[in-house]
Amino acid sequence: MESLPATKGPDALQSLLSAAQKLADGGTIRDEIVSGIYGVSAEICAEAVSYQDRKKLNSTYKLDNIATSRIWGFPIMLAILGVVFWITIAGANYPSSWLASLFGFIEGYLTAGFTALHAPDWLHGVLVLGLYRGTSWVISVMLPPMMIFFPVFALLENFGYLPRVAFNMDRLFKKSGGHGKQALTMSMGFGCNAAAILSTRIIESPRERMLAILTNNFVPCNGRWPTLILLASLFMAGGAATGAFRTLTTAAVLMGMVLIGIIVTLSVSWVLSKTALRGVPTHYTLELPPYRRPQIWKTILISSKDKSLNVLTRAIIVAAPAGIITWILGNVFIGGESVLNHMAAFFDPFAHLLGMDGFIIMAFILGLPANEIVLPILLMGYMSSGAMVDIDSLGSIKEVFLSHGWTWLTALNMMLFSLLHYPCGTTLVNIYKETKSLKWSVLSAVIPLGIAIGVTFAVAQLAQLFGWV
Amino acid sequence: MTPYTVAFAGNPNTGKSTLFNLLTGMRQHTGNWAGKTVITAEGEFTHNNRLYRAIDLPGTYSLYSNSADEEAARDYIIFEQPDVTLVVLDATSLERNLNLALQVLEITGRAVVCINLIDEAHKLGIEINLEAISARLGVPVVAISARNKIGIEALLDQIERVASGTYTAEPLHIAYNEEIERGIAQLLPMVEQTVGRSYPARWIALRLLDGDESLMASLQNRMNSQTIPDPKEAVRHGVTACH
Amino acid sequence: MTKPILIPLSEAENGSRLRIRSIEVQGVLRRRLLDLGFVAGNVVEVLRRSPLGDPTAFRISNTTIALRREESSLIFGERIGGAQI
Repeated sequence: MESLPATKGPDALQSLLSAAQKLADGGTIRDEIVSGIYGVSAEICAEAVSYQDRKKLNSTYKLDNIATSRIWGFPIMLAILGVVFWITIAGANYPSSWLASLFGFIEGYLTAGFTALHAPDWLHGVLVLGLYRGTSWVISVMLPPMMIFFPVFALLENFGYLPRVAFNMDRLFKKSGGHGKQALTMSMGFGCNAAAILSTRIIESPRERMLAILTNNFVPCNGRWPTLILLASLFMAGGAATGAFRTLTTAAVLMGMVLIGIIVTLSVSWVLSKTALRGVPTHYTLELPPYRRPQIWKTILISSKDKSLNVLTRAIIVAAPAGIITWILGNVFIGGESVLNHMAAFFDPFAHLLGMDGFIIMAFILGLPANEIVLPILLMGYMSSGAMVDIDSLGSIKEVFLSHGWTWLTALNMMLFSLLHYPCGTTLVNIYKETKSLKWSVLSAVIPLGIAIGVTFAVAQLAQLFGWV
Repeated sequence: MTPYTVAFAGNPNTGKSTLFNLLTGMRQHTGNWAGKTVITAEGEFTHNNRLYRAIDLPGTYSLYSNSADEEAARDYIIFEQPDVTLVVLDATSLERNLNLALQVLEITGRAVVCINLIDEAHKLGIEINLEAISARLGVPVVAISARNKIGIEALLDQIERVASGTYTAEPLHIAYNEEIERGIAQLLPMVEQTVGRSYPARWIALRLLDGDESLMASLQNRMNSQTIPDPKEAVRHGVTACH
Repeated sequence: MTKPILIPLSEAENGSRLRIRSIEVQGVLRRRLLDLGFVAGNVVEVLRRSPLGDPTAFRISNTTIALRREESSLIFGERIGGAQI
């Protein structure tokens, strides 16, 4: 290898840059470069583009007179959110129970098969009660809502509505020190927080981008939707409620959760931008693209393939081993109690302060790799602890919970904890990759965890103080 | 035969991703849930029995403003030197969109300009003279509608012509004012000596004048991680900007 | 010949049209605004304010761009058509 002369080494770049800086007389040259380009493109357009009627060009924006109006802007946003939830819940209800019964039916045959082969109990336990059950729950609870939620959301996105949300809400974000585009990255979070972390790249200022990263977790992602939807419909809709009313209440509760998430996002942004992330808000430009009629079938197909299935594969890849581990923990006994019970008992006193129990806390801890598996782990934990209930429909899940002393407060606090607690492992890894900072990555888990503990503690203590439970 | 690489550049909201999805169909690999392109997606398509590797760059308004997205798009075009850079423009707001096309053409002449949403533009009463634009830009210009599959074959033919080197023309060079041109002329020999000839020297000189430190950082990185490419490569890649 | 009266975009009321005369910003923001078509000589139309009063949507180069008051108060233009002084 020949050694490179100085003019070819990287150091030479610096001397080049300073030579150039001497030539450029402090600024005007930069404007002239841009106006040079802009002049040429204006010239080309003047020559090659002709307009029949310039007024026509504005026609696609008429909808904004309503969608971003002072009176209707916010009600429409809330209504759309509500309708999306309603469609998701109403549509997912039946397929979910069909899938659950189907998997339950197959499980019967699997068990029969294992019995016929005289397979040892532990093998049946690991493979059927652990792996198969865990995975099939994840599929039946997660797949239907995701198959509806993602395409509906993608339709909204392709229609061009999301930038309007950012436009409507910008002032709130500005007040809290964040960037208006944070509304867009939050929308991404509804799908997947891990991907939303990458999407914060659209925010140019490092400070505001960090705010968006640290608070993204407060938007419930697909891994938490099933937990929220299930608990809301089982415990919040009231015992007697059925049919349409139940769906409606569930949708309203979910919307409440999202609103709480937004309020926490804004508050945390505000506090951080007054403390650790102080700074002047950087510039803001947001394009409102024309509304375009989405290609309905194509959007549905692509989003089902890209999003639902990818999310599902990930869930299964994580859920399958977690199912096995949970089963093992629940069936290895030390001193007459399963390891799982020991662990749950350890967390129990603390959990009760938060209005939950040790199993729930443990499910959240074991669920760190993926939020999708928190609920399955919890159910497996409960079932292995004696109260064997045959789960072939969603309704019987409620019985499992009730037999473990659940009240509406347990459900509410589990929902709140799920909404607010630390992001999943994948998201944390992405945060580390994007920020390259261990400190911020740790904080991005610790801040939400602190808030989750604080909020659930306050709610539990208040509820007990006033004798609501 | 190694596949040709085609990088998709364009403003946000131009339907660039629609075109990308149309061409690559289900043959793309984005592992993550990403709505609009934030993460660069990769895919493949074939045309006339030839395989093309497609790279969807982040949607950007410019290559000069130094957001993370713009740096990524810019670095890809400069350092990876795709066989074709496809610039997707929105027919309904060409004036602004052309800026990006001009910026790309300053880096590389191996480009095809694709004016998307042409049906939308017709509906709005916009008439576009493609020949006039192509004559000015010096690269093929094709009008298409990705969502209604209009003009796709013609676009692929032009991509093939540029990729295979059948189409060679001088891309438009923006003549700046005297002061800038003088600066470029002074810097050019130094730039060529420093970064080698495989990068567009005129463009780099221009960016130096503009004080683009992020580009300098990228170049520095690049030069630290590898030796300077042989000048012969410059001929193969046909970077037209230096002369 | 009267000297044109320049007002910042942030002060222009909805529906008014202005020809941009100067942009009193430097650095990255200036570059970004130029990218988006906020260039001296271009005509901009004030479309509407966000429900919360800010930002404001502008029509420029056949696109719609929203700017906060912080930015739009630094772009100056003269009114054209309609309300002329």
